[in-house]
Amino acid sequence: MIRLSSADTTEATESTEAVATDEAREAVLAELTGRLGDSVLGSHIRPGDDLWVRVDRAAWRRAAEATRAMGFTFFDYVSAIDWLPSPFGRDMDAQEDLVVSGAAPKEPAPIVQGYAGGETRFQVIAHVYNIATATGIHLKADVPDDDLSLPSWSSVYAGANWHERETREMFGITFDGHPNLINMYLPTDFQGFPLRKDFPLLARRVRPWPGIVDVEPMPGGADDAEGDDQ
Amino acid sequence: MTAVSDPSSIADLAAEATDTRVNLDFESEGMTLNMGPQHPATHGTLRIVAKLDGEQVISAEPICGYMHRGYEKLVEVRTYPQINALINRIDWLGSFANEVPFILAAEKLMGVEAPPRAQWIRTILFEMSRIANISLFLGDFGLQLGGMTAGFYAFRDREHVLNMIEAATGGRFHPNFDRIGGLKDDLPKGWIADSHVAMDKLLAFCDEMEDLLVGNEIFQTRTRGIGVIPAEIALSYGLSGANLRASGVDWDLRRDGCPPGLVYDQADWKVWTHPDGDCFARTWVRLQETREAAKIVKQLLDTIPAGPVMAKVPRIIKVPEGEAYVATENPLGEMGYYVVSKGDLVPFRVKIRSASFNNISIVPWVARGAYVPDLISILGSLYFILGDIDR
Repeated sequence: MIRLSSADTTEATESTEAVATDEAREAVLAELTGRLGDSVLGSHIRPGDDLWVRVDRAAWRRAAEATRAMGFTFFDYVSAIDWLPSPFGRDMDAQEDLVVSGAAPKEPAPIVQGYAGGETRFQVIAHVYNIATATGIHLKADVPDDDLSLPSWSSVYAGANWHERETREMFGITFDGHPNLINMYLPTDFQGFPLRKDFPLLARRVRPWPGIVDVEPMPGGADDAEGDDQ
Repeated sequence: MTAVSDPSSIADLAAEATDTRVNLDFESEGMTLNMGPQHPATHGTLRIVAKLDGEQVISAEPICGYMHRGYEKLVEVRTYPQINALINRIDWLGSFANEVPFILAAEKLMGVEAPPRAQWIRTILFEMSRIANISLFLGDFGLQLGGMTAGFYAFRDREHVLNMIEAATGGRFHPNFDRIGGLKDDLPKGWIADSHVAMDKLLAFCDEMEDLLVGNEIFQTRTRGIGVIPAEIALSYGLSGANLRASGVDWDLRRDGCPPGLVYDQADWKVWTHPDGDCFARTWVRLQETREAAKIVKQLLDTIPAGPVMAKVPRIIKVPEGEAYVATENPLGEMGYYVVSKGDLVPFRVKIRSASFNNISIVPWVARGAYVPDLISILGSLYFILGDIDR
């Protein structure tokens, strides 16, 4: 732990530390690439902060075994991201609204994946931690729409069991080899996957955007028009 | 740092955890016991389906979802300042601590840093919510094990710290005080002196609890050697906070992975661990943590720098495109937010990594083979808040 004695040493300490940890993350990435070979599809390093690695879906379990063997023994979470721009968002009107208002439908925004790239709408994301070196890895994997499944981590990281159940329930992504992939929160006969972007939030259907009454528009700013509907 | 043994054995241990055989000399008919949804030991609506063979638990499966509020969906249609009020309700006993990692994640994406005074006050309030949370744990755990007195003392002394939180933020339970770039307000007059007095009372409370509860023979009999979690298992389930440190893992995000924006390095304090990994160890570590938290608060109160409590941020907060994960050491354990922003007023996706979800996922493993009364000790000592499991 670095203890800062006075204000003028702050900058120098921080910059040297940033470079050092960056090298550490490069080394982690290099080792993971060495273990997984071609299965590493993309990566992103934010110096001194975090590391993202995108791996092939088929190598998802192998990636967990590799990180575990590399000392990343602390399991943090597994979840998913739906990169589809919300059809119920502020800029996009739902189809039902178009019937009422008669407006022309807008073109949906393109799907843009985040760090470490991606090709599919759904991405599974996981975070594991090495408590000896205090570094974490965010692992991502693309899951194609026609086959929303991945190998399960639950036999590598025991804690993945519940997280995968939650992800299955909320996104409809199944995990092969999971011992008990039942609903975590919702009733067993619940239809739909709530955290998908095309699952409407009923409260917002009743009171649709702009529902941001608390936000005062900037005088003359670009956001000025948003408050007009109030 | 505890050495973690051969990683290959985790597969066997995980397989064992899902194995429901029970090694008994004679065959007997089992029964299923529903603990909950409402049961004093679950402080809320968590249901435990326990399959029993006599007094012994063959398997225990927590059933969550009685309090699922869908925060991860709700935050996608709320602006960042609005989300702050919502996520207060995740761990309702240490509310201020819920706000901090989210605000820090947003600050990281925006490249904003709170002024030093705000960082100090943030850390002080963070530790105060830890004290408010864990002091109630000590009392409540005593209540669950039949010691009524501990419960009354905890409720009495928790009031001191809640009063200070209320005086500074206006909210006893849900402060909603943290802002992107700083804090809503500066401290009221006389608050620092009053807080010193409150912390002294809390330190006295810790001593009292050490004698009254932790030193009690009945308490020790009911917790020592019960619900032992080895370090390796704790790590693979992602246990965090005192539950992990009670298994002998010397890991604390306040010391080892403190995100910028909190000033734990400015105080002299200690991370406590316990080698046993049983219910007693978890309680003991929490008691020491409360004491350390009071010490941190007292030290930081004396060194608060002068200056503004709010950095210059735009009035309408738009967070630039990017992804960030920030986790802090909350009263219950590691609480993190994975924030994906598309440069809009609202986040694109927020994954809330709450401590209790991971902490309670170990129940099927740890309760197997325990006796029914021990189940209360195990659940109580793992210490979860329902809102923190279901979110």
